[in-house]
Amino acid sequence: MNTPDLVTLIFGRLTIEAIPYHEPILIGTFAAVALGGIALLAVLTKYKLWGYLWSEWFTSIDHKKIGIMYMVLGVVMLLRGFSDAIMMRAQQAMAFNGNPGFLPPHHYDQVFTAHGVIMIFFVAMPFVTGLMNFVVPLQIGARDVAFPFLNNFSFWMTVAGGMLVMASLFVGEFARTGWLAYPPLSGLAASPDVGVDYYIWSLQVAGVGTTLSGINLLATIIKMRAPGMTMMKMPVFTWTSLCTNVLIVAAFPVLTAVLALLSLDRYAGTNFFTNDFGGNAMMYVNLIWIWGHPEVYILVLPLFGVFSEVVATFSRKRLFGYASMVYATVVITVLSYLVWLHHFFTMGSGASVNSFFGITTMIISIPTGAKIFNWLFTMYRGRIQFEVPMLWTMGFMVTFVIGGMTGVMLAVPPADFLLHNSLFLIAHFHNVIIGGVIFGVFAGINYWFPKAFGFKLDSYWGKWSFWLWLTGFYFAFMPLYVLGFMGVTRRMNHFEDPSLQIWFIIAAFGALLIAGGIAAFLIQIFVSIKRREALRDVTGDPWHGRTLEWSTSSPPPSYNFAFTPVIHEQDAWWQMKERNAARRTEGYLPIHMPKNTAAGVYIAAFAFVIGFAMIWHMFLIAGVAFLGLLVTAIGHTFNYKRDYYIPADVVARTEAARTEELAAHV
Amino acid sequence: MSDIQATPSAVVADQQDLQFWMKEDHHPENGTLLGFWIYLMSDCLIFACLFATYGVLGRSYAGGPSGADLFELPLVAVNTTMLLLSSITYGFAVLEMQKNRRGTMMAWLIVTGLFGATFLGIELYEFANLIHEGAGPQRSAFLSSFFTLVGTHGLHVTFGIVWLITLLVQVGRFGLTPANKRRIMCLSMFWHFLDVVWIGVFTFVYLMGVLP
Repeated sequence: MNTPDLVTLIFGRLTIEAIPYHEPILIGTFAAVALGGIALLAVLTKYKLWGYLWSEWFTSIDHKKIGIMYMVLGVVMLLRGFSDAIMMRAQQAMAFNGNPGFLPPHHYDQVFTAHGVIMIFFVAMPFVTGLMNFVVPLQIGARDVAFPFLNNFSFWMTVAGGMLVMASLFVGEFARTGWLAYPPLSGLAASPDVGVDYYIWSLQVAGVGTTLSGINLLATIIKMRAPGMTMMKMPVFTWTSLCTNVLIVAAFPVLTAVLALLSLDRYAGTNFFTNDFGGNAMMYVNLIWIWGHPEVYILVLPLFGVFSEVVATFSRKRLFGYASMVYATVVITVLSYLVWLHHFFTMGSGASVNSFFGITTMIISIPTGAKIFNWLFTMYRGRIQFEVPMLWTMGFMVTFVIGGMTGVMLAVPPADFLLHNSLFLIAHFHNVIIGGVIFGVFAGINYWFPKAFGFKLDSYWGKWSFWLWLTGFYFAFMPLYVLGFMGVTRRMNHFEDPSLQIWFIIAAFGALLIAGGIAAFLIQIFVSIKRREALRDVTGDPWHGRTLEWSTSSPPPSYNFAFTPVIHEQDAWWQMKERNAARRTEGYLPIHMPKNTAAGVYIAAFAFVIGFAMIWHMFLIAGVAFLGLLVTAIGHTFNYKRDYYIPADVVARTEAARTEELAAHV
Repeated sequence: MSDIQATPSAVVADQQDLQFWMKEDHHPENGTLLGFWIYLMSDCLIFACLFATYGVLGRSYAGGPSGADLFELPLVAVNTTMLLLSSITYGFAVLEMQKNRRGTMMAWLIVTGLFGATFLGIELYEFANLIHEGAGPQRSAFLSSFFTLVGTHGLHVTFGIVWLITLLVQVGRFGLTPANKRRIMCLSMFWHFLDVVWIGVFTFVYLMGVLP
């Protein structure tokens, strides 16, 4: 055995050349990330936080802590995804009149791909999953999710996927294909490098986590509701979460399958999507959108739930049209499977097929419109309080309606033939994703933060964040509608027509405003932590809420509810308050709880190694890591002692402390 | 709050003394079997995608051999029998489990595993033969989708066997505890599910594949 073979056996195609040390932007980024990372590690070590983080957070199976970790992951990845965005806006604003800008096409193509992948999979998905994880068990009066270990494991798989995307920044490169990696461009012939492999493996690893967390929350909502909570008494956020998780379970396997087929094409030389030997690239496009269209409803439905909770709470009224809200959600869930072809009307399926999908697409706007009216009628004659979550909600209602209308325009096939692949489309989906998902996430964060930490977020900086985001959004994306009408296509690296430049400069200005909005959000968190005593809420119910999560303390004890609540009405907590239902303070019982475990962290770490090794064709290491994963997973099944009891006197003490606090602050 | 209107049900409830907190322990139903069902359905969707892919590409021979040229139905019939028998024996194992007879239950599980292994052996033999004849997965889109669909099923059976061995060790060591019984039921669903998928493969790929 000579040495080169051994090197290949271990390192596959990974060489020193894969480190982009000749790209100043990446070196600068790497230096910043490394310094920041070292500083963070130093702080953690100095304050001896490792043990605390490991035993209280990383290995925790508490749905609240996992939910918070998802939110942290989302914020971190938002910073990465937004850096990509501002780089693109800057590039397009300057690359005119022969100026090549600062991003060569090779790099620019990776940036727009990474931006899309990160924003959807590692920003929006963690935010949505985090909110559902934190809120749903509390809203249904449960003590945890149905499968607490699986929950922890799902989170770490999402992290492992995100780490693979981040690794592509400094080792090798990311895909240059756009966020859905259409073949034949993503096939081996056109993309022989590691970019598409990074794409595939990061999504596969994270996808396992997402599917499992979907199954988990589904079983939780179906099986673990408090007594009396029939389906039509569930809070609307729980309803939208239920529908979202149905969509996750029914859509993500399609993504897994289609990416597996693409990787077979790339690794095993099969011919699913190749140009010869009978392959059919349109098969990929169809399959990925059969996942992709439900995915946009996976993202937005939970936020519809957030808006429903927020609008009812801050209008001091019961939600208008609860039943119609539920039916609208279910109809959207079903219809989201019948519209995927509108993403490629220009494929050439013919008039009948395009008409069918155009019409189903337009029909979806009916239940969505019904929801908008429900929210409006909830506000009508309500005592509206303009707290930060409510501001986000109203910003959403205006912005989302505009985005919805441009969506209906795109649903008309003849119009789509003109607008498809143009900046009009980019403006449309940012309009609905920023206006719907991001605004909703910020509404949700501001709304439930006091529940998670026991103090409110500072509203001064919250309002700055809101107004900067809102105006920034309009500055950044309205010009793109105009440019789209002029026929400017997406994903361009530079332009020839100087008359277009002003629109790109306005858009870049908007991106700067959004940067300010993100900064204001971070300042908001920082300021709130500093002023936490002034912002403290001891009641557990700072907004005068309506649903069960507000009935327990903030932050809730690990067991959520000392006594399982019994539900008689939709707004269960509101009813309890109306009827002055006294908090039970005696007769505590030991509480059965799941135990923390590190198995999820280990298995996800193995999954990361497998992904990284497969990307670089280090098949030996991949095999060893797979074996490690299998052994750890099987070893975990030999652990039968997964639960423990919180003794009754510990519960009694925790609850007595709360009784005292409540009495001291009335 | 004047905006809150009492619904009729609330009016009725007002006359009663409503309980808002449970006095006794609340035991939600165990969600494992439901969760596993949902997982199986998600897995079923993966197979659905592979079937759909086969449906689209299954006649794209690219000048290479077709199913009629390649498939040996007698061999596949034997193979199918192995898998169907393994499902029956798994059923026997579950019956024994319900009677709490650990020994016979484990014996039936071992028989099940042996049938499964035979199935895999025949499948690998078939694959090796095809590749040897130059009809490997790279030859045409038809063969790519054939190998992927049948291979994914085979991969599932392989994991089923690994799981079965793990369970045998666990039942041997810890007995028929409630946790182990639940696991046996989950594997049972998994095993029968693979059987159902195979019936689809047998019909859709092999029987229809040999039609001209």
